[in-house]
Amino acid sequence: METLFGLDYPTWWFLVVGGLFSGYAILDGFDFGAGAWHMFFKKDSSREVALKAIDPTWHGNEVWLVIGGGTLFAGFPVFYGTLFSAMYTPFILFLLFIIFRGISIKFRNMEDMPWWRKMWDWSYSISSIMLAFLLGVVLGNILNGMPLDENFEYIGGGFFEFLNPFSILVGVTSLALFMMHGAIYLLLKTEGKLYNRVQVFLKVGMAFFIISYIITTAYGLFKLDHLLIVFKENQILFVIPLLVFLSIANVPRLASKEKYGWAFIFTSLTIALLLVIVAFELYPRLLWSNDIQENSITIYNAAASTKTLKLMMGFAAVGGPLVLLYSYFVYRTFWGKVNSNSEGY
Amino acid sequence: MDVEILSRIQFAFTIAFHYIYPPLSIGIGLLMVVFESLYIRTKKKEYEVLAKFWTKIFAITFGIGVVTGIVMEFEFGTNWATYSRYVGDIFGSALAAEGIFAFALESSALGILLFGWNRVKPWVHLVATWAVFLGSMFSAVWIVVANSWQQTPAGYHIVGEGMQARAEIVDFWAMVLNPSSVDRISHVWLGAFLAGAFLILSVHAYYIIKGRFVVMSKKAFKITLMVAAVSSLAQLFTGHNSAEGVAVNQPAKLAAMEGLFEAEAPADLYLFGWVDKENQTVTGLKLSGGLSFMLHQDFQTPVTGLNAFPEEDRPSQVNAVFQFYHLMVAIGMFLIALSLFGLLQWKQGKLFDNKWLLWVFVFTAILPQLANQFGWFAAEMGRQPWVVYGLLRTSDALSKSVQANQVLFSLILFFIVYTVLLLLFIYLMNKAIKKGPTSDIDFDEGSLNKEIANVISK
Repeated sequence: METLFGLDYPTWWFLVVGGLFSGYAILDGFDFGAGAWHMFFKKDSSREVALKAIDPTWHGNEVWLVIGGGTLFAGFPVFYGTLFSAMYTPFILFLLFIIFRGISIKFRNMEDMPWWRKMWDWSYSISSIMLAFLLGVVLGNILNGMPLDENFEYIGGGFFEFLNPFSILVGVTSLALFMMHGAIYLLLKTEGKLYNRVQVFLKVGMAFFIISYIITTAYGLFKLDHLLIVFKENQILFVIPLLVFLSIANVPRLASKEKYGWAFIFTSLTIALLLVIVAFELYPRLLWSNDIQENSITIYNAAASTKTLKLMMGFAAVGGPLVLLYSYFVYRTFWGKVNSNSEGY
Repeated sequence: MDVEILSRIQFAFTIAFHYIYPPLSIGIGLLMVVFESLYIRTKKKEYEVLAKFWTKIFAITFGIGVVTGIVMEFEFGTNWATYSRYVGDIFGSALAAEGIFAFALESSALGILLFGWNRVKPWVHLVATWAVFLGSMFSAVWIVVANSWQQTPAGYHIVGEGMQARAEIVDFWAMVLNPSSVDRISHVWLGAFLAGAFLILSVHAYYIIKGRFVVMSKKAFKITLMVAAVSSLAQLFTGHNSAEGVAVNQPAKLAAMEGLFEAEAPADLYLFGWVDKENQTVTGLKLSGGLSFMLHQDFQTPVTGLNAFPEEDRPSQVNAVFQFYHLMVAIGMFLIALSLFGLLQWKQGKLFDNKWLLWVFVFTAILPQLANQFGWFAAEMGRQPWVVYGLLRTSDALSKSVQANQVLFSLILFFIVYTVLLLLFIYLMNKAIKKGPTSDIDFDEGSLNKEIANVISK
């Protein structure tokens, strides 16, 4: 198989897609987190300022989902078809909440009636919570594995199979992670009373995350043997969970010193490292076949042609820096704290 | 109902709903660029007000366009898994390119466009407006490339057999520039310009009738009328090219568009009519030999009919394809006539004297929308029973693991949510339009006074 700097193309593409979804989780993650806290702000004016913290940038963050989806479709079409059809219900719900999240932000300030604003505030907050949860649920199901046939077609049940103890635990953990991450983002963007209130949120968020993370990890260790194979074979890899631990431990330490810029970097790093663990647990598989091992989807049997992967590596090499450049420019333009006079919808 | 029909209804419903918004964004985007450029050049206040007003309207259409667009991307995987596996190499690449090269540009620049008026220099803001507009144009390119490949596949080969068969790229540029791409991209772009332009004409005609923002609205109306006239005339040209392409590349679709069953020389062109599929006849008003002449510039050359194809390889809904196609053409002709008549009135200096003409413009906003929808319905229904023409049947493209009750559930959800969304869209648009570009109703006089003051101070 052809290689580039010693790695074959499906592996490169695995890294690209993984990188994009990590980027999405870090960026839209704080939007979801901020949204999850939204209804804990009691006053309408506070909620308006909290929304302004994400107004100019959430659109750009959502781009990562669109690009991530496109590259997954193009790079691993077999996996794309199987995962999305197997996870039909959660993905449809995800779409509906993506719609409501977006329009809630846009429509909230278009009317002055208190009930109108409150309705969209609730819609925004519930959507954010559900999006964070559903992303985790899908990830939990990927880690859990599914029954697949020899054509890599899902052969489990329909409506509610996506809800199982492990996937729910991963869903709750990702919600907790994003709430911690989002609270730190809000601290970077707010001041005054709002800031003090979010400091309390952050303490709760950190505790919520650490508890749910420990429970989920313990459940995974006891129930999902296949996830540990790679770590047992290469014990050096245990360094990654250790890094995750250090990274998480840094967050409360930095928060207590009000160094939220650094704390934000460490929650982002935590998200990235957790996904690195996921990548190692899966690689070279994308989806475990639970009953018959040979039917597992791997990056090799799911990949597009080498020609296409090469071509799209070119797209990524040209487009990636461009996307980063746009993002940098937008974030720089809207850098700093927001208040009731800031631009918003 | 089975999974196939439910999935088809869901896809048709969600894509048709989605397609209300991106054409508006592209068309309004074009005029936002025009208004803001005029403002930067002339420094006249009314162009700034126009640019900001239409940016507000743009924000509503763009937002709904994005969220309903994500639905489309995901639906390929959820409902059409076999299709996704079959075309991932090709369709997926086009979709990924759209995300990387177009959508990222427009979405990032959108933040500056909406919230950056006081944060960046005017020329930087204009660059952002251009970026959003060009990004939406590029988006259209990649999406139409992907769809055109389904109509006229090129630059690929098939690997594997049965369930594992897949189309892979052999020649990327042949895939991108497949036989129908260029004609269809230009046709879609112009359709979008028309959707945006006629909405803007409608709103400003309404203001003129109501005596609000009159000076500003007259300027906006004239500029937009020129865009509408050029676009509607050019649309005739791209439409003709598209039809010629369909005749060569998808003869069964062309035959359905004209209700032609037996190969005929000369073949007739219908202005309107009704297709009786059982008896294979069309009743209506026709130009004898018109179709032969249109396609071959010669009355004697025969045009292939539907009966040249086996029953299972040709579209079954012949009358629907015929009607959608003819309605689209009729609307196109009307838009040409209306915009040319408007130009004529303008030349004679009485463009704004006829209230009835302004009222016609007010209600015409819906027509380009309908033409866009009808055109796509004709294109997609005319391709049936294939999802990828000649290669993959729609009935084979489904997700094998999804059950009918799941699709029914999602279809009902989409139906409810999209109904709410449409009502909100209409309500908010109506409100923004009623409120108008500025709260200062006497703005027109005010701006005139300012101009006079400027002249005096110079």
